[in-house]
Parts: sequence; structure tokens; C-alpha cells
Amino acid sequence: MSAVTEWMDRREFLKGLGAGLLVCLTHGGVMAQESGRTFGGHALPKEVSAWIHIGADGKVTVYTGKVEVGQNIRTSLAQQVAEELRVPFGRIAMVMGDTDLVPWDMGTFGSRTTPTMGPELRMMAAAAREELLRKAAAQWKVSVTALKVEDGRIVDAKSSHSASYGELTRGEKLVSVVEGQEALTPATEWKVAGTPVPKTEIRAFVTGEHKFPSDVVRPGMLFGAVVRPEGFNAKLISVDTSAAEKMPGVQIVREGDFIGVVAPAMYTARQAVEAIHAKWDVPAQPSNDGLFDYLKSHPDGESQPEHQAGSVEQAMAAADVKVEDKYTVQYIAHAPLEPRAAVAEWNAGKVTVWTGTQRPFGVRDQLMEAFSLPVEKVRVVQPDMGSGYGGKHTGEAALEAARLSKAAGKPVKVVWTREEEFTWAYLRPAGLMELRAAARRDGTLVAWEHHNYNSGPAAISMPYVVANQLIQYHPAQSPLRQGSYRSLAATANNFARESHMDAVAHAVGMDPVAFRLKNLADLRLIAVVKAATERFGWEKARSTATRGYGFACGNDKGGYVAACAEVEIDGDKRVRIRRIVQAWESGAIINPDGLRNQVGGAIVQGIGGAMFEAILFGNGRILNPHFADYRLPRFRDVPEVDVVLVDRKDLPSAGAGESGLICVAPAVGNALFAATGQRLRNMPMTPDRTVPGVAVSGLTS
Amino acid sequence: MTEFVLQVNGASMRVEAPAEESLLSVLRYRLNLTGTKYGCGEGECGACTVLLNGKAYRSCRVSVAAAANAGITTIEGLERHGVLTPVQQAFVDEGAMQCGYCTSGMIVEATALLEENPQPTEEQIVARMNGNVCRCGTYPRIVAAVRRAAEGGRA
Repeated sequence: MSAVTEWMDRREFLKGLGAGLLVCLTHGGVMAQESGRTFGGHALPKEVSAWIHIGADGKVTVYTGKVEVGQNIRTSLAQQVAEELRVPFGRIAMVMGDTDLVPWDMGTFGSRTTPTMGPELRMMAAAAREELLRKAAAQWKVSVTALKVEDGRIVDAKSSHSASYGELTRGEKLVSVVEGQEALTPATEWKVAGTPVPKTEIRAFVTGEHKFPSDVVRPGMLFGAVVRPEGFNAKLISVDTSAAEKMPGVQIVREGDFIGVVAPAMYTARQAVEAIHAKWDVPAQPSNDGLFDYLKSHPDGESQPEHQAGSVEQAMAAADVKVEDKYTVQYIAHAPLEPRAAVAEWNAGKVTVWTGTQRPFGVRDQLMEAFSLPVEKVRVVQPDMGSGYGGKHTGEAALEAARLSKAAGKPVKVVWTREEEFTWAYLRPAGLMELRAAARRDGTLVAWEHHNYNSGPAAISMPYVVANQLIQYHPAQSPLRQGSYRSLAATANNFARESHMDAVAHAVGMDPVAFRLKNLADLRLIAVVKAATERFGWEKARSTATRGYGFACGNDKGGYVAACAEVEIDGDKRVRIRRIVQAWESGAIINPDGLRNQVGGAIVQGIGGAMFEAILFGNGRILNPHFADYRLPRFRDVPEVDVVLVDRKDLPSAGAGESGLICVAPAVGNALFAATGQRLRNMPMTPDRTVPGVAVSGLTS
Repeated sequence: MTEFVLQVNGASMRVEAPAEESLLSVLRYRLNLTGTKYGCGEGECGACTVLLNGKAYRSCRVSVAAAANAGITTIEGLERHGVLTPVQQAFVDEGAMQCGYCTSGMIVEATALLEENPQPTEEQIVARMNGNVCRCGTYPRIVAAVRRAAEGGRA
């Protein structure tokens, strides 16, 4: 059937490209450390790795281990290569996240693609351009400096010699080694980078042609499903598979507590799982109620202050104004619209797995370990997927598909249900933040203490100037499986800090924005504070009982952000966010349209965690593992969103996929305080259902 | 197992399936029409939206038996002779997606909306599309795309 996905191995792939120029990086490259390719004990590959190929037809193929999950790097990285190579954007094809074809990469997270992979590919492209120039100069016996490059052609104006890149590379296979000293084109001179190039391959997304990981089909493919335990940390007591075994074509796969099925149809696989009766022993486990006491009383090892200066105790004792409070965030789910999915296929002892993951090489390692395979016997391919938001670092579905496929001797597809994704993936950590602050009557901050239990250290450092500080993250034993989430703990820490800043501003009787500006020295942060408040019209904003205006700012991972929120509260204490103006600066902008989309999307996703998202759990079970019970931001929840981009062509480009979330909750919470006088210190601030253990605010949304 | 002849995107497709199997499951896993997406299986996200006789339905909530007598249009069936529909083109022009996983359902839902109400107000667009989830949060651009399509691409 034509829908069957075709894939080539690297040798076939390179053959298909024809002869050409391969630009390679030796493993001593200066970018190696920074790009993360030596992270976590991973040595760089011993063999020389290819990054860029220029075909005889002038087509440019770029190889990167980064993956496209909706953040638009397939486009923005290609723009940067086109820029340095001086070729039209349309000539670039990106090969991403295929472990047999691309150099090793740690994964796509932490806003690292733009600050590390961008410069790395630019360096490779610049080296390729220089190599082609040298080649043309040698052929024409002229000086390199006499030559010009434009649109993938090298021209010598004097001798009227001219050749395309393809003509120069045809019939030859050159290997150029990069020293890492190539000069990059400054942003002020960019012609392709820095422009709003539309998302590449966008047409395939509006016609349904694009194959997401869950869409991959292989010849002879069967379908797999897994019997899930009744709760976390459960032990299998007994299982009866007799009814399922009688279903036509169904194969049961059992290894210890793992019970899976393979069937000729997805429907049958699900029916078979339903027909298997397993008894589990589920131990008693914590719930939402009492969660924060639990986290505080169950430390995970010793912790040290992230930052300590002066004496908070002495400064607090002597201060005019003191504010002390606790803030909390609940566990929330990434809920990528495409759940975990994988297709696995074994051929001659080698397993190939197509799956949705932010860490194709991490999943490759998991497969190597699980099946005791050498590196050359595992290939992970990551088709551009239905997103992840930090939630797809692991390879659960890949491992299940590989295990079932191995037992069945046929390719097997596994697609998690929504309930499985909510229950058996991992969550954004819950956290408790305890803050103490002191200020002089004139609004000068003198002391700041910030403790974060469990949620994480991201953006825990003070962006404000304070002489006396104690900033500490306390890792805890989480009762639920937790992990990475877009912007990590920066959301929780900034919610606590910026809500607390607002409280101190009110305590000293200052305008919240003026109070922040008085205590800020970071010029980049000051610039976004001004950009957001000017666009919003903060100076004229006067809160009433039914309309509130709030502000928050922060910085993390090279992104500087400030947000103003306008909220409306009706007679039923129902909250509507009416407007959010957010200013954003992350250095030189590579694609203003893509950047606007990322920052706008981050605001909408931030509304979910700020207002209504919360995982309800108890005794090892997730109690709301369905979209009907777990409220996601929808069309109706979206306010007027205005993103103000600050382009700093003089600064290196930073990642922009994450930190756009971190001001939403505090800006909205501060607006609600301005209107109601009620300080909302728990995220979500307006849940549909009461979260056990959290005081009810009385406000809904 | 029952044999059904489905009318999908103008073609007759023969398929064997249990009568109660969802249309979504049949489209994706038996007919390899993977443009229609699974998001929740409970009619809560709209990723699986298809047209049955021109009206939008959640294909995860429709059995194959119930769909057997209808004209089924999936995302793959909108484009004609290589030309995108105004709704598809508007999503391209507005860049109304991030990961693109919700896009099929959004476009099919918007197509049905504009069929019933060619000039919807912004409020009507929001009300009608509210059952479709974009986890990437691209809602404002999707609203803009629907408006653009309604205005004949002039937006």
C-alpha cells in the first residue's frame, strides 16, 4: 500500500544524494562541549560525523539530532544554514532525529537548539562556503578574495568565471575538516535568517499527508497494547489470559510483570487487553491532600543554598516592611495531543523504532540496554511529532513496541491511549515555595529568602538587586513520577517570586512596576519591563473591583520577559483574562513569525497551569486521566494576546520555546489581587474542581 | 467481523471490521488514512473530526456501522486536483499551527462551520471551535485563519 512508510539506511541515503561535499567536524571542535555532545558521560562519536552535504544538483542536506516538535527549528535552523552558505532557503533539506543519519545529540530541550545547534550549523555552513571558494579559486587560478558568492554560485567578476556549488562538487567527494574558527555572518547583515520564512513543509500539515510517529505504517505491521497495573508501584499477584488467548490472531507476551498483546488489528489488541484479568497489589500512597507537607518532610538527599549573601536574619530583624508567605504548584500533565506512539521492526538482529521523542539518542540507549544490543543494532527515527513540551524525553512506547515486535517477529505499532498518557508518562513536578522578604519604606529590597521544595531550581535566582539573600532548592521524594516540563520550575519559582514582589510593593505602598524598576539593574530585563508596560498602557491602568491589572517579569535560559495582564471578575466571582501584553527579548531574532508563534503559544499554555490544570491523585492512581476531567486551555479561555518582540541584533540568539510561560500566572494573580484584594498563592488559581489540601479561593474561570 | 463498503473521499472502500469499531480506528488502522488523528478517543479534543454528509463528527464516537451509509470526507479528501480549499490555504497563510497535530481536525471543523455559516462572527467561531484542542496554544491564529477563509482569503 502506498501509505507504507519508506526508509533508507545511511549508505542508500548518501548514494541517493550523489557525489558531493561532506563537511565534517573533528571531535575536538570548540562547540562540542557547549552543544552538549559530551553531556552525561557520553563521549563524542569516534568516527567523523557529517553535518552538511552539498549534492551535485546544488541541493543542501543538513543533519542534526535536534527534533521538530512544533517549535519551528526545522525552519529556523535551515534559515541559518542558507544564510551562511549563501543559498536560497528552498535549497535546504533538514534530516533530523534519525540516529543512523545524524551526529549524536543529547536531545531537544532546555532551549538549547538556538544557542548551540544554530551556531554549530552556521559554522559548518561557513566552512563549506570557504572550502568551495578555495576550490573555485584554485580552478580559475585567482585569489579567493576576488570571488563573490551569491545564490549558491561563485563568480569571478574579472575573468567572468562562474560556477554553481553543484558544478564545483560534481563527480568529487571532498571532505573538509572544520577548526571551529570560521567567521559567522553578523545578524545585522542577515538576509535569510532574521526574516519571517513560513514553516517549511507546511502544506503537508494542512492536507493530512505529514506522517507523525503514530501514523507510521510498515509492511506486515501488527498492533500491540499493554496491560497496565492498577496503580503505581503495584506488584502482579495473578493473571488470567485464557479469554484473550482465544481471540483470533492474538498473541500474549509475558515477561515478569509485563503483560502485552499483539494482534492483527488495533481494535483486537485493545479487546484482548480488556479480556485479560490481572490482580495487583497496590500499596497505600500519598494523595493531593497533605502533598506539600509530604514533600517538605521527605527530602531527597542533602541540599545546599543555590545562592547566599549577607544575613537574611539580621536584615529581616531591622527592616521596616516584612512579608512572608507560602506558594504552591500542583502536578500537571504535558498532555501532548499526540500521545506516546512507536512502530518497531526487527531485521537481522537490528531493531528500528519510529517514535515520538525529544531524545532519539536517549531512546536508542534505552533500547540498547533493554535488549543488550550494540549501538549499530539500534536505530531510532523521530518523525516531526505531535509535540512534547518536555514530556517526551523517555521511550516507553518504543520499548514496548520493540519488545512486542521481537516476540511477534513482525513490525508492531503501539499507540498509548489518552488515559495511558496521563497515567504512565511523567508529570510536571508539584512544589512548595516558602518566601520571606524585607524592604525599606522607600521601596529598597533588603532581604530575600526563597525555598523551593521539589519543583526545581530553574530561575530560582533573584533577578533583583538584594544585599541579603538565601536561595535554596530542596529536592524531595516525589510520590508521582515527575520530569521535565516546558520552562521547568521557572514557572513555579517566578510565580512565587513575582507574586511576592507584588505583595511587597503593596506593603510599601508603591506601584508594582515602579517598585520592580527601583530594584532592577539588569538592563535587558528593564528593557522588556518598559516595552510591555508602554504597549499595555500601564500608567493609565486603574484597577476596580471588577477589573484588575497585574504585572510580572523574569528571565531564564537567555530569554527576558515581562507581562501585563487584564482580568475581569463578574458578579458570580467568575474570572476572565481579557488581555495579556507580553514583551520578549532573546537576542537576535532568527524568525520573527516563528518566535511570535512560540511566545504566543507559551502564554496560552501558561494559562492552563495558572488557572485550572491540576492532576488529582491518590493511592497510586491518577483520578482525572481524561480531557473531560482535566481542563486544558481552549478557544474560549484565550484573551487578546499581544506579543512585543525586542530584536537585539547585537546579542547572540537564545532559545525561545520555554520562558514565555513564566510570567503568565503571576501577572494574572497580581491582577486578581488588584481587583479583589485576595492574594492567590496556589496554582492553579481557579480550578474547576477543588484540589484536596488546597484552600478554596472562591473564584472560578 | 462484518464487511462494510465505505464511501471515503469519493471512493468506495471495502473493509472488514466489527460493527462497533470506531470510524477513527477503521480509517487509521485498517485503511491507512492517517490524516485523521487520535487525541483522546472520547470526543473531547476534536483531532479526529471528519465530515459525514458534510457535517462534522468526532470519528472516535461514530461506529463504522453508523458511518457505512454516509459520504465520509477526511482531511485527505479536501484538496482537489492539487488545489487547497480556502480553509486549508488560510491555515497556510496565517501559519496557524505549531506541531500541526490538531490541524486536520481544526480544518475539517472549520470547513463544516463555514458550510453552515459562511460569515461567522468571531464569537461564533470561538463557540463552534471550542471543542477542538490545540495544546500548542495557536488559537488566535486559528481564529484568524477561519476569518480569512470566510472573507475569501482577503483578510
